[in-house]
Amino acid sequence: MTAAPARDPGAAAVPAQVRAEVVRAEDLGVYRRLELATVAGAAAAPGQFAAVAVGGEQSAMLLRRAFSIHAVDPAAGTLSVVVAAHGAGTRWVCERSAGDVVDVVAPLGTGFTLPAAGQRLVLVGGGYGSAPFAWTARAAAARGVAVDAVIGAGDEARLCDVAGVQDAVTAAGGTVHVTTDDGSAGRRGRVTDVLAELLADRQGPVTVAACGPMAMLAAVHATATACPDGPPVAVKVAVEEAMACGVGICMTCVLPVRGADGATRMLRSCTEGPVLDADRVRWDCVGAHGASVPADAVGAPEGGAA
Amino acid sequence: MSDLAATPDMGARLLAPAGPVDLVGSVLTASGCAAAGRELDPYLDLTALGGVVTKTIMRGARSGRPTPRMAETPSGMLNSIGLQGPGVEAFLAADLPWLAQRGARAVVSVAGEDVGEFVDVATAVREATSGDGALGAPGTDGGVLAALEVNISCPNVANRGLVFACDPVSAAEVVAAVREVTDPRVPVLAKLSPDVTDIVAVAAAALAAGADGLVMVNTLLGVAIDVDRAAPVLSRVTGGLSGPAIRPVAVRCIWQVHAAMRAGLLPTAPIVGVGGVRTGRDAAELVLAGAAAVQVGTVTFGDPGAPARVQAELADVVRHHGAAGLGELVGRAHEALRAGGHP
Repeated sequence: MTAAPARDPGAAAVPAQVRAEVVRAEDLGVYRRLELATVAGAAAAPGQFAAVAVGGEQSAMLLRRAFSIHAVDPAAGTLSVVVAAHGAGTRWVCERSAGDVVDVVAPLGTGFTLPAAGQRLVLVGGGYGSAPFAWTARAAAARGVAVDAVIGAGDEARLCDVAGVQDAVTAAGGTVHVTTDDGSAGRRGRVTDVLAELLADRQGPVTVAACGPMAMLAAVHATATACPDGPPVAVKVAVEEAMACGVGICMTCVLPVRGADGATRMLRSCTEGPVLDADRVRWDCVGAHGASVPADAVGAPEGGAA
Repeated sequence: MSDLAATPDMGARLLAPAGPVDLVGSVLTASGCAAAGRELDPYLDLTALGGVVTKTIMRGARSGRPTPRMAETPSGMLNSIGLQGPGVEAFLAADLPWLAQRGARAVVSVAGEDVGEFVDVATAVREATSGDGALGAPGTDGGVLAALEVNISCPNVANRGLVFACDPVSAAEVVAAVREVTDPRVPVLAKLSPDVTDIVAVAAAALAAGADGLVMVNTLLGVAIDVDRAAPVLSRVTGGLSGPAIRPVAVRCIWQVHAAMRAGLLPTAPIVGVGGVRTGRDAAELVLAGAAAVQVGTVTFGDPGAPARVQAELADVVRHHGAAGLGELVGRAHEALRAGGHP
């Protein structure tokens, strides 16, 4: 017998389904932050997510809502999420207050693999995509990774946790850049405007970790691809796809992703993601309202997508 | 109350040509709602269930359809996955051995675009499981393969794309062909669609063709429209409706077929009920209508521990009725009717 294989450092902690009390609920700009009493996320990595059942036991909404984990505090035994009220389900979550109990499954999916000590990480977030960034920055700084962040949104109100990210990034000696589409905070423009400049000036290898809407993630990847020759740039994206289950059984959250063997498969963003290598995502087949099946994907119908 | 009543027999019995197949539990997962079982392992004890009904396996790898593939609807959802999967070879190499090693029982769901593909998939399953190796002897307590479920709710390419399950002749043809190549120790279950005018006629055709049991029901076809975009939600417009919204339809179908069996219009065979089960009381409705076992599907998406929870809650219902086992409740609601319990 050979020795057991070493645990994959990127492998996720085993998720658990728990009933967790809300210990704190507070507004975070236009978003709502919920802190839940559970150790389910104690071993979570930034980029992983939690899935919350909505509407109570007799709810007509059967499907969980997935939220990027904002932070975990293993000492306090808490896990926090940041929620944007989009529809009836997320509104229900936003209406929870301290003392309420929610059913949560966590931690789910893949997390960001942080670069090695001495390397540089640039966090890029759009809207509530920056929710996990303060936590990510603290984790990176603890490893000796240099961290900067670029946070953007349509307007000032929709920026997420700028103060928290600023505390964590500046404590680590980095800089936070803010952009808004309307110029109501920070620089008028897009996160990719700043990212292009940071990458053009890079002195060493950079890992970009991006969270936000799919269109922003595609733009971040395009910006990194187009940046001038120089030290390598790796882009990791935490994708946001409609999910029914979050645990890998429903096959609804798939994206076309190229594998190590070069073949494209429709991968579940809940289990093989949400953090994906942006170079592997078939952005050419990802649109505003869903993803198509590339004609060369494994098992694609003959003659192209069905 | 005796201790016996406190721990009712929650097992279920399927029938194969070679003899009965006993399952330790009466609640199973449902096809397409549990992947191949492994993903649910963190949330429940797979070995305590009646079995894991796998996602539907076809001959080759399939990418499935574009997204969006899912729309949440009141007490339900529409799905349009397109039977994404790795193909039978990869399934037999990785998924089934994992279930065997875990000690779970599998009901393998098979499908094809024509009769030949059904036969190829069933043959591959037989060849991989008919030994006494790591997968154990099929249809026995030590064997991972408990049954085959024939998913006839897919379009028949050879018949203008008409769904096999909607045509008694096509349904019978597929069931007979799969039964022919399947180990006699393994029950072949036909999974019926509720989207038919006369489900008793389709059930009769499947049983006459050699089905050892029936699984009722598959999803109902539906459409959801995004009003803001003035466009269908799903990329391929239609999807299968599942969840508690369809439970009364499942209960009705089971009721009609079980009633026909009681009346001697159909051969008696085990019915596995599926459709919108969320709680043990929901499962009991299907059982009281005539199901000998119950699958838990869509609710698992929101509650990954649901199949085990439902089985425990169903045991409470059996206890409440003072029954020694679930078997005593199968079809019992028909007796109430016969006894004049209803106007």
